[in-house]
Amino acid sequence: MSAVTTDRSAAPVLQLDNVGFSYGNVHALRDVSINVRQGEVTCVLGDNGAGKSTLIKIIAGLHDYTDGAMKLDGVECRFASPRAAQAGGIATVYQDLALAPLMSVWRNFFLGNELRKGPLRTLDIARMKRICDEELTKMGVVIPDLDRPVGGLSGGQRQCIAIARAIYFGARVIILDEPTAALGVKQSSVVLRYIVKARDAGLGVIFITHNPHHAYLVGNHFVILKLGRVVLDAHRDALTLEQLTREMAGGQELEELSHELSGVDPGRVAAPAEVAPGHVESPVLNPDELAAIEREEEEEQTA
Amino acid sequence: MTAAAIEPSRGEAARDDRVAHRPLAARLLSRPEVGSLIGAIVIFALFMAVAPPFRNVANVGTILYGASTIGIMAVPVALLMIGGEFDLSAGVAVTTSGLSASLLAWNFGLNVWVGILLALVVSVAVGAFNGWLLFKTGLPSFLVTLATFFILQGVNLGVTRLLTGNVATADITDMDGFHSAHTMFGSEVTVGPVTLKITVLYWVVLTLVAAYVLLRTRVGNWIFAVGGDAAAARAVGVPVKATKIGLFMAVGFCAWLSGMHLLFQFNTVQSGEGVGKEFIFIIAAVIGGCLLTGGYGSVVGASIGALIFGMTQLGINYAGWNPDWFKTFLGVMLLLATIVNVYVKKKADLR
Ligand SMILES: Nc1ncnc2c1ncn2[C@@H]1O[C@H](COP(=O)(O)OP(=O)(O)OP(=O)(O)O)[C@@H](O)[C@H]1O
Ligand SMILES: [Mg+2]
Repeated sequence: MSAVTTDRSAAPVLQLDNVGFSYGNVHALRDVSINVRQGEVTCVLGDNGAGKSTLIKIIAGLHDYTDGAMKLDGVECRFASPRAAQAGGIATVYQDLALAPLMSVWRNFFLGNELRKGPLRTLDIARMKRICDEELTKMGVVIPDLDRPVGGLSGGQRQCIAIARAIYFGARVIILDEPTAALGVKQSSVVLRYIVKARDAGLGVIFITHNPHHAYLVGNHFVILKLGRVVLDAHRDALTLEQLTREMAGGQELEELSHELSGVDPGRVAAPAEVAPGHVESPVLNPDELAAIEREEEEEQTA
Repeated sequence: MTAAAIEPSRGEAARDDRVAHRPLAARLLSRPEVGSLIGAIVIFALFMAVAPPFRNVANVGTILYGASTIGIMAVPVALLMIGGEFDLSAGVAVTTSGLSASLLAWNFGLNVWVGILLALVVSVAVGAFNGWLLFKTGLPSFLVTLATFFILQGVNLGVTRLLTGNVATADITDMDGFHSAHTMFGSEVTVGPVTLKITVLYWVVLTLVAAYVLLRTRVGNWIFAVGGDAAAARAVGVPVKATKIGLFMAVGFCAWLSGMHLLFQFNTVQSGEGVGKEFIFIIAAVIGGCLLTGGYGSVVGASIGALIFGMTQLGINYAGWNPDWFKTFLGVMLLLATIVNVYVKKKADLR
């Protein structure tokens, strides 16, 4: 399938032209071009290690790109730090969440964006706690004591804090790196609804996920990364959920998987046994798959 | 049982009934300075019982003086530790500061105050250099400041010898500006039976200011964050470098204050002084509840740690014990206070 780029009237707020990035000898991104428009949800999909997090770290100001150009409002820019990106109106939920474990919930929520009052610029603790409480309640998570360190909360609760924080502070672009990864069904649906709300409010949303169903529920356009390259950049009009799922899985692989797994007998209960290290048999990969993996590895090395 | 009885009522849905309200006592006990407070009370009671001069009100001034000379440095060292870094050069940096003021003023025939200001520049620059080196090399601050520790130690001895041919600076008593500077850094006031050194005032003010900054300002929030998780702090827009370098500079500033007291207390500075003091500052901070790994702690705790020092140092004397045992006593104190800190915190967190 050929890549479809739709011609949209609005100018993109954020534009990446042939951006490349390397971690030493690992070329994590190569020639990546995407456009992020305000009032739209841009979904970025791809396998583990495809380069999704690297891509958003460049946009968030955590990494500086090595090739190509990034443009904010059409002006070429390099963010010196995440603080500079935030000043440009970009808020991010990182995959590793970026919370300080020993600090309380409300301090984490406002970290880097503290509210202050009075001539001494004292922290406005009462107001910060109130806002933090309101925002978390709106997300449907209950954290009874905002003075507790976040290190003691559940993974999903922490994720909700990071998401609520980005949504609260995002001025123009919100980036969410696998925001629903640790969430239950209820909270996931809240996050998806928030993404739609953020879009309606006129924000540009970059939504990274492994779940094509989630992506298709909210996405305006879809970018699939593979081994650091864009292999698909399509508008929703040009793509069905089935196509998206198929593209993500790399063609018929998914059909093969479902075919293969149909023989596993999910109802079976095996006899209990103690297993020596290394004695769980690996699933049999078919020759096509092995060949594909080898090809990809070669491609990596020659790149 | 009916289905309606099992399902929680709608209005209650927003509250999590597994979390009981935390009693006030538990919240107080989970403060980082609890261990040091308990320690201070125990030490106080001990010496009240065994050392008769300890009960004499007039000695309060002496004890507080001892505590203040350590506390002035323990406060910034605690802040730095909460910010995730160490400064092993803090002890000799005090000497460097005193030497700078004295040598510069003496050799160039300057007003003492000019020497004092130049020493301030030197001290803050040493702090900034430590911070800069930390980021430039990417090495742990333990190593970087260990290097500075040796460098300064050598410079202190070498430069003093070079300029004076001696191991100590010349007496500056008769130089311009000495008397006003002495009032500023070495004077004392008598309140009833108690004579208080001006360092006690500086110590208290520093503790209050630092506690305010740490708990009630944006910078304080950043200090906790860069110590707890520097990468996360940077990712959400905290200026990590500026915060850490600023903390090293704060240590430099306090080393200057301390160094000026050293100079104007004795009118001359021994160039070999200060070695080993850095650990005393760190110990005071740790007794006060600062985590060695950063991100957690209290300056009030560090000041209580300094107070424990002051009491122990004199208490051993007053009790007529052999002062050889001071360090042993200290080691035991450190161990006990840290164990109490960990234990109390665990208990309180579970309540
Ligand atoms: N700090 C790093 N140093 C070296 N290589 C890295 C680093 N971070 C990522 N990489 C490499 O860059 C590539 C892209 O990683 P990235 O984290 O962007 O993947 P991803 O698409 O976010 O994957 P996932 O879905 O698992 O989150 C991978 O090959 C990874 O091994
Ligand atoms: Mg990732």
